[in-house]
Amino acid sequence: MPPAIEVRGLRVERGGNPVLHGLDLSIEQGMVTGLLGPSGCGKTTLMRAIVGVQKVAGGSVMVLGAPAGSPALRRRVAYVTQAPSVYSDLTVDENLRYFARVLGAPAGAVARAVATVGLAGFETRPAAKLSGGQKNRLSLATALLADPEVLVLDEPTVGLDPVLRQELWTTFHELADAGATLLVSSHVMDEAERCDRLVLMREGHVVADDAPADLLARTATPTVEAAFLKLVDFREPAA
Amino acid sequence: MNATATLATARRVVHQLRRDPRTIVLLLLVPVALVTLVKWIFAGQPQVFQRVGVPLLGIFPMTSMFLVTSIAMLRERTSGTLERLMTMPIAKLDLLAGYALAFAGFAVVQASLVSAVAFGLLDLDVAGSRWAIIGLAVVNALLGTALGLLVSAFANSEFQAVQFMPVFLFPQMLLSGLFAPRPSMARGLEIASDYMPMTYAYDALSRVQRGTGWDERLALDLAVLAGSVVVALVAGAATLRRRTG
Repeated sequence: MPPAIEVRGLRVERGGNPVLHGLDLSIEQGMVTGLLGPSGCGKTTLMRAIVGVQKVAGGSVMVLGAPAGSPALRRRVAYVTQAPSVYSDLTVDENLRYFARVLGAPAGAVARAVATVGLAGFETRPAAKLSGGQKNRLSLATALLADPEVLVLDEPTVGLDPVLRQELWTTFHELADAGATLLVSSHVMDEAERCDRLVLMREGHVVADDAPADLLARTATPTVEAAFLKLVDFREPAA
Repeated sequence: MNATATLATARRVVHQLRRDPRTIVLLLLVPVALVTLVKWIFAGQPQVFQRVGVPLLGIFPMTSMFLVTSIAMLRERTSGTLERLMTMPIAKLDLLAGYALAFAGFAVVQASLVSAVAFGLLDLDVAGSRWAIIGLAVVNALLGTALGLLVSAFANSEFQAVQFMPVFLFPQMLLSGLFAPRPSMARGLEIASDYMPMTYAYDALSRVQRGTGWDERLALDLAVLAGSVVVALVAGAATLRRRTG
């Protein structure tokens, strides 16, 4: 099976400073891949390049065999930004109905997405009156509407209680088992063990790309956090 | 272009405005209050109100729609929803057309209300068709909407966006012929006013008010106004970027 996402020599600059310097990465289909690294290491920039909203200085990003951001991908790839991007003056239902119409999502998609993220019972509540975690889940529900083949999720579990986090990770694996490819970023290393594959980033470089067990075996460390420190040279404190 | 996405966007914008009743009340009542004010300011010179009243029926809605839409589009960008939409199958022009459609609906109500008050309560006289005045007021509001959507691309904050009103609309208002006949202006200003859409709005409203009838000049006014709406929307769509830094 060809990789769902293929990044070759990706370079991104911001204000003349390189953010990603010739990054290579392939993400396999039907897996949950964790993108881990300290805040500011380029995770969000890489994700934005994959969904085609990032200006790039060089290299190529192919998603499902097409250049990232091409019109054919706009229904097949979904993106959840770190800050919830929803209309705070609209209700849960109005938000989802609008995006469902834009996406041409099938009937029943709104109810299914609401149930998946556990927002049933909140349909008529304006997004402004939701808690931070609920707003994040509304943003996630929007991404699920069109049954995307590739889901790019930027820190989707920030601010969620442990029970909800557990439920969302179960959902992610159900989606992957159904054939979807998920790229999930986190700066919390303990979420790493829930991924099928791990990509560790630091200062715009990929420092490791492995299955969690292989990563621990290769670095002879007990935790992903320890592996990360060992890989980036433990004498230097990780940001 | 995709009619579903345009209509969905228009419906969404209406839903958003419905959640904000105070804005709706301001949109509808401020032009009425201002036209009433002008009537009383010229209590001793009723002929002045008769001359400027009808053009103001178009210019006030243009101004209020300009402000509201430039802020609405700015919010779309700062809330991250624009970036989300740019990853979805919606054309940039569909999005702006949706906004224009929603605000055109409000413009019909706004223009009808201010015209009804001006004709019914303030004794504003029109030699031509009153329906033509209402129609022109709606076109003016639509032009305000399209210009507001366009300039919002150049504003990074609400503070900047509100400043664009005096920058873009005040000079047009001063040069449109409302304050002084254009041929009596300095030659440079008269030429500049030829390139400002509000000049044609003022001219059309003033012609209908004087009842000069349908002629080539009125047709030109309408063509310029309609063309400006389309150009502003297309230019506005061109300023939206799917990819940003």
